[in-house]
Order: sequence, then C-alpha cells, then structure tokens
Amino acid sequence: MSQQQEQIRAAVLAIVKRLAPEIDPTRIIADKPLRTQIDLDSMDWLNVLATIHEKLGVNIPETDYGKVQTLDGIVAYLADKIPAAAPE
Amino acid sequence: MKPVLIRKQSADAPTDAAFSWAAVGRELGIAPDGAVNIAQLAVDRHAQSALAEKTAFRFLAAEGSVRDLSYRQLAELSDRFGNALTSLGVRKGDCVFVLCGRICELYVAVLGALKIGAVVSPLFQSFGPEPIRSRIAQAAGQVLVTTASAYQRKVAALRPELPSLKHVLLVDDLGTGAIADTLDLHALLRAAPDTPALVPTGPEDPALLHFTSGTTGLPKGAIHVHGAVVTHFATARSALDLKPDDIFWCTADPGWVTGTSYGIVAPLVLGVTSIVDEADFDPLRWIEILENERVNVWYTAPTAIRLLMKAGPELFAGHRFPDLRFIASVGEALNPEAVCWGQEAFGRPIHDNWWQSETGGIMIANTAALDIKPGSMGRPLPGIAAHVVRHPAGEPVTVIETPDTVGELALETGWPSMFRGYLNQPERYRACFAGHLYLTGDLVRRDADGYYWFVGRSDDVIKSSGHLIGSFEVERVLMAHPAVAEAGVIGKPDALAGEVIKAFVVLKQGITANEDLRLDLLGHARRRLGAAVAPREIAFVPALPHTRSGKIMRRLLKARELGLPEGDSSTLEPGAAPGEKK
Repeated sequence: MSQQQEQIRAAVLAIVKRLAPEIDPTRIIADKPLRTQIDLDSMDWLNVLATIHEKLGVNIPETDYGKVQTLDGIVAYLADKIPAAAPE
Repeated sequence: MKPVLIRKQSADAPTDAAFSWAAVGRELGIAPDGAVNIAQLAVDRHAQSALAEKTAFRFLAAEGSVRDLSYRQLAELSDRFGNALTSLGVRKGDCVFVLCGRICELYVAVLGALKIGAVVSPLFQSFGPEPIRSRIAQAAGQVLVTTASAYQRKVAALRPELPSLKHVLLVDDLGTGAIADTLDLHALLRAAPDTPALVPTGPEDPALLHFTSGTTGLPKGAIHVHGAVVTHFATARSALDLKPDDIFWCTADPGWVTGTSYGIVAPLVLGVTSIVDEADFDPLRWIEILENERVNVWYTAPTAIRLLMKAGPELFAGHRFPDLRFIASVGEALNPEAVCWGQEAFGRPIHDNWWQSETGGIMIANTAALDIKPGSMGRPLPGIAAHVVRHPAGEPVTVIETPDTVGELALETGWPSMFRGYLNQPERYRACFAGHLYLTGDLVRRDADGYYWFVGRSDDVIKSSGHLIGSFEVERVLMAHPAVAEAGVIGKPDALAGEVIKAFVVLKQGITANEDLRLDLLGHARRRLGAAVAPREIAFVPALPHTRSGKIMRRLLKARELGLPEGDSSTLEPGAAPGEKK
C-alpha cells in the first residue's frame, strides 16, 4: 500500500470511528463488506459518506456505492479521486 | 407544484358491502373454528398443488449469486426444521426467536416453527445485545436461530442471563465450525426427517410475537394468532394489488412486522414469487433489482424512497420498469413530494398505507383503484371500520364526526390480525381499548372524502427509519454508563430518516463534558443497543426538565430542540433546565 493509501485508510477509519466509536479497527477484514462487520446502518453509512465528502473532498455518488462496500474498495476509490500530494 | 389529487383511470374502488372476513377465510379453506396454520396455508397447501415447483423465494446474495427456492423445497425444509425443533423438545406455544439477515434459513425457521405451533419472534439484525436480551427474557424464549457471527458478537456473552434459552441453532457463516453451547442448524436439518411436521393449531393459537415500543417501560410483545393469516391474504390483494402471477418485492426486514406479515406470510399465502435481497440498501442495486427481476409489486419504506430521491435522476438513466405495476410504502407518513416522485422515476405514484405492529396487517391504504391525495394514508380497507375519537384523561371516548378535526385514530375490533395481548402486560393491553374500539395512539384527521391524514403520535414514541423506538429503552442504557446521572431521549426531525434519536445527558457531579466522553458514551450505547436503536446525537446538558411528579418532559426537550413554543409548562418542576452546553 502506498503512503497515500495508508493516509486515506487512516482518515476513513477515523471518520468511521467518530460515528461508531465502539468499533475496533484491527478487527475489520479489509476485503469483506464493511457495514455488516461493524453494524453500520443506512443512516450511519450516509453519515460516513457525507463526512468523507466534507473532510476528504470526494463526493461518492449513489451509482458508485457498489465500489465502496469494503475498506479496500473505499481506499482504492478515494486514492483514484484524490491526486497524490507530491511525488514520493 | 405538486398535484393535490392523482386520478386513477378506474373509478370502481372496492366496496365494503360484499366483504366479510368469514368469506375470505372460506376462500382459504378455513372452516369456522376449524384448524388453521399460517405455514400450512403459506407453504404446504401450494406444495401439494400445481404450484409445487413455482419459485416461492428468489434470494439475491450480496456478492451476486441467486438461489431460487420452490414451494415444494420450502415445504420440505420447513418440515425438516419443524421436526428438528420437535426432536429438541420444543412444543406448541414455546417461543422461538430468529436473529439473522434475510437469508434462506430465516424463512425456513419461521415457517418450520409455525408448523409445529411454536410462537415465532423475529428480531431485527441491527439490534445490539440489550434489545436482544430484554426481548428473549420477557418471552422466556427457548430457541434462538442466528448466525455464528451474530452469536459471537451479540449473544454469547448474554447466555448466563438467559436461562430460558435452551437451544441456539447457528448458521455457520464464519466457517469456524462448532461453537460451545450451540447446535449447527444445517446438521440438524440434514438429520431431521422431511415428514409432515404440522401440529394442529386453531385460529386463536398464538403464532407470532412482534415487539413494539412505547414511551415508558420495556418493549411490548404484541401477540398475534394463526387466524391473522386471513387479514394478510385479504390485504395483500386489497392494499397491495398483489395477484398470483406477480413478482413481489417487500424490502422490509423480517425483524420488523412488515417484513413478516408482507415479506413472508402474505405473498406465500397468495402463491406469488418474492424477491429477497440479502444485501444492505444500495440505490443502484435496488434499481437494477426492480428492473432485472421484473418486479410487479414493490412494497417499501419512506426512508428508502427518500434516499432514492436524493440520488437524483442520474440513477435512473438507462433503466426502465415496464413490469412495475404498483408501488406501496409504509412505516411513516410519506410526504407528498415522494408520492409524486414515483410518477417521475417509475411512471407510477407511490401508495402510502397505514398500520402498526398491533394491527398485524394493513388497515388504511391508498389502493390501486382509489384516487390518491398525496400525503394522505388513504381510506380504510374492506372489513376495517375506522373512527377519529377524542378521549380526554378520565373521560369516556367520543367519536368525532366533523371532518378535518384532529383526534386519535381508533379501529372497531374484530379484524382477524388484531393483536390478542401484550406479553405479560395485560393492563397495558386493556388500556388500548375503549369498548369495541382499539385506540391506536396515532393522531389523525379525516377529510370530507373519507381520507385519513396522519398528524402525529399521541405519545413521545420515536419513529426512526420507520421503526418505533421507545425512549425508555435508550435512556436506561445511557444511564448505565458510569458518568451519566440522567438521560432524556427525543426524536429529532430528519429529512431522510423521519426522526433520528437525540439524547440529552446530565453528567454526574464532578465529571466534565468533553468530546472523548461523548464518543465513549456513543460507543457504549451502540455496543449495547445496536445501530438501529442507539442515539445518533448526544448533547450534554446541566439538567433535564421534569414534571412535578418527576417524569422527564421529553416533549419540552423536543420543543426546545426545534425552537418551538414550549406550551403549557404548568406541570413543570420549578427551576427546570436551561439549554444545551455547546
């Protein structure tokens, strides 16, 4: 995982953790659907997406929800939309 | 501007004159006071008919696989499940809880348990340990059917507190093999014979237990009987326009009453094919299911509709719904914009209807033939007599005849799916009735054309994403946190969910409110209550407003939250709370 992806992953987990403080990020299986692992309901999920939009500046349209079901999927999706800050 | 009336081509709205519940029962082959079993009428009857090989359920797995289950297969699997329960010593009247996602095993378990006369109580999969514990304990549940993952996360630690729970049957979704003090459901099904499991049941024998919430006290378990199936059958036709050859999709989770009455029982009794989506809500996925599965009748909920509206017209680009004939919604009053949006998005208006856990089936509806007044819940269905009543505390109930006058919605008793009691709470059950009227607790008005309009609840119960949530259940868990002195919970209006749960928390002396504590408290609540019941917002306040008798004035908390007039505060305790700490 690139440094940018690491940063995105940490930022996403921080967002999830603010909405669902009970989760233990070390237990998340990154390539399995996120919501069923940590009991995020539809409203929680919308809040996660709205906060991603606010903090990371990426709007995930409804038609792309299928691509962001897993933590890996979210990180890959965002990494694709966020230009790398500087060449490594 | 939105139309105030959506006209239907056919003006022949069903008339009440020719309708009788007994006649509907005869149509199902039920003799007066004869044997009736929901699962027999839903499954076995078709498995022994020309419909045997017809698909009863099509399960759409999250990862894309499809599994069809015919009426014959469903009959065989539910017989096996019923026989497995019998071999474990489960008897007629024993309570079987189900806690899992919308997987095949859930449907098999519900129907198999009904066959042997067990009382089935489906629990919502998003419940946390505390709602699960309190419901199983209240009903002295003997059996729980769940998945290994849900068991490990939510139930295993509760076992010492649930002495009634003799058997936990697991679907091994983790692939980890045997778990202590549980049985493997699939192994039980394989070992059990597929001989008929049916045990004779009568129309008044309890079949289903649906927990619902009030403002005070613990959740109430509404008891429903096998005879309720007559209402499910009749209303699926009258309110949902469901016909035997339809593909039907009820999106409700069977953990709530809609998902049982109309996600399991009604479509099976009619012999239709139902779509079951095992995945979480996903706008594009839903649009594709409606289109690709050629859904004819779709029964969904306001929150889902508003989320689809929010997605905008791009979501619908390139999709067509020529098979979709009827769309209905339930859970909370559907806003007029959403009713009309259905026309734009699907070429069909959305038909709102009204009922509750206690009524067991749809009571008031916008039907296929009836002109729609967007924003109205429609008119009473055949066999249902509704009234608007006034009942001031301590005085007799009077019926309001003047149109457009707000009062409580009341229904004349006698429809087959009326609840027969609140489990262990006979006084609360009695309090729901005045003579031959069931008092619903919902405030409505009826216009001059006989359409009913939802106005609000007569109590402080919260409705979030269409689900009733009792403030007390949430407050009790918050108060179990060591930093909390007192908590008051309200429903805060929300554009998508209808209401979201907001908690006002008073901390114990010497404890400082800060963000870490807020997150700790939020985690505490979510861990115990689950995402569906836990508060989404927590505010720290120095004190809560109380009545002189010491009850938290949730209505006042809500008025303050919304910046509304606080109304009559004459019963308020002196020196009651100032506002929220920022």
